Amino acid sequence: MLESLYNWVESLLLEFLPALWVGLLLKTVQIVIVTVVIIICVAFLTLLERKIIGYMQNRIGPNRVGPRGLLQPFADTIKLLLKEIIVPDRSNRYLFLLAPLLTLTPALATWAVIPLFPGFVIADVNAGLLYVLALTSLGVYGVILAGWASNSKYALLGAMRSAAQIVAYEIAMGFALVGVLMAGKSLNLGEIVQAQQGGVLSWFWLPLLPLFLVYFISGVAETNRAPFDVAEGESEIVAGFHVEYSGAAFAMFFLGEYANMILIAALTAVMFLGGWESAFAGWTFLEGTPLEFLMAPGLFWLAVKTCFFLFCFLWLRATFPRYRYDQIMRLGWKVFLPVTILWIAVEGVMSWLKVGPWSV
Amino acid sequence: MFELMFFGMYAFVLIAAAVGVIAAHNPVHSAMFLVLAFVSSSALWMLMEAEFLALALVLVYVGAVMVLFLFVVMMLDIDTKSLRTGVMRYAPIGVIVAFVSVAQVWSVVWLRSAGLPVMARPEAAPADYSNTKELGAVLYTEHVYAFELAAFILLLAIVAAIVLTMRRRAGLKLQNIAEQVAVKSEDRVRIVKMEAERD
Repeated sequence: MLESLYNWVESLLLEFLPALWVGLLLKTVQIVIVTVVIIICVAFLTLLERKIIGYMQNRIGPNRVGPRGLLQPFADTIKLLLKEIIVPDRSNRYLFLLAPLLTLTPALATWAVIPLFPGFVIADVNAGLLYVLALTSLGVYGVILAGWASNSKYALLGAMRSAAQIVAYEIAMGFALVGVLMAGKSLNLGEIVQAQQGGVLSWFWLPLLPLFLVYFISGVAETNRAPFDVAEGESEIVAGFHVEYSGAAFAMFFLGEYANMILIAALTAVMFLGGWESAFAGWTFLEGTPLEFLMAPGLFWLAVKTCFFLFCFLWLRATFPRYRYDQIMRLGWKVFLPVTILWIAVEGVMSWLKVGPWSV
Repeated sequence: MFELMFFGMYAFVLIAAAVGVIAAHNPVHSAMFLVLAFVSSSALWMLMEAEFLALALVLVYVGAVMVLFLFVVMMLDIDTKSLRTGVMRYAPIGVIVAFVSVAQVWSVVWLRSAGLPVMARPEAAPADYSNTKELGAVLYTEHVYAFELAAFILLLAIVAAIVLTMRRRAGLKLQNIAEQVAVKSEDRVRIVKMEAERD
């Protein structure tokens, strides 16, 4: 249905405008739609986080604004936008205001290469996986610059911790992606999804189980979420790198952090749980029953898998105490890195013996 | 047409950022200008259909090297006033270097217009051409020895860096994580049965 609507709009526009402009216009509309949807998801993710953690801790969570607290995110947004942005004295004004943008932009720009449903991706890039890796490595600048430009001890401490942590975990993440590209035989995320066709057992989580776990845990560390949130560490360094931020500038950091969470969840779903592939693909006995729609691949499946990982993010936060800093470093360098390198060697053997995803 | 427009845009940003690197008063600003220069030159490489190199440039230089650079610059308390002195002393060398590079660029442009045999402009690759795949195919077959040699030298550099920075101090207390994890309550607390004492 979406496709026919898209084709109809395209043919309508082609009557008035040259093909180049139509292409540009339609791409811009796609980008705007995806961005707006992500921002709305971020708004409701904050509510979901407070609700889920609330129930896990035997509380109710926000329930005053709107029915069952559903309008809470809007109240929060309005509050943040109306507050004054305080730029500290003797801070570095330009970098101070640039830093929140530098965290948010890569988180949104990475969505360009993520395949959302069969046949749809904003930019069908050959080297999509490399693009993802390159853009996630840019996110660290926002944190470092925020810490330095604030001219505050706590902010600088938070920035140092966070930068060391992100650089450490990025390597493990990169090696996990090498494993994915070996199994998918492509750098294009759409082709990686297609390589996982054929039900739960042919998704990459099984042959790449250690890489799957390493990638998701590194993703949690990379987004500075609990239990790896030493960069914020409320009880130690107040709020870490964004201690001096207020109002809309703080809202940017907030948006960036949650957009990054959604991004990591979606990427894990795309690379290890088959993206938009259906979990019931190949269950032929469902044909002709009312449940037949479950066999079709689509955006629904990607959304379900992304929500599962987002729930894991919140679950982890409600369950575990904060890691000690040296233990974070040890986990990243001495555990995850060797595990990923070892598993790449194992994958080499698997591809030689033609098992799992290499059997075709 | 579009390609030319983008080329002009990125080239302009690249040159402006390069000027910013040397003109900025604050070393952190200089480092950030250098990041901008790397990103725009990566965009230029992308226009030349070298997407692997372009993304590797962002990944390696912007994502790793410049982060460490920024770290060092932020940690140092640099006296910017002392850096400003001596500009006139270095000016003659700067002028010579600038003159030589302009002359080189000019000679290339002039050679092209003088009708000498120059390489023809390469054809644009088809849409399904994967630069990464082509690069890998050459790198792991034709140039495999050079590639392995480079990898070996890099490994050597890593080991050397670790050896240089690793110092053994006397009286250093280290944690043995495996021992900590494997500890049992009996190892830490001993419960002693005693007769109750009465006065």
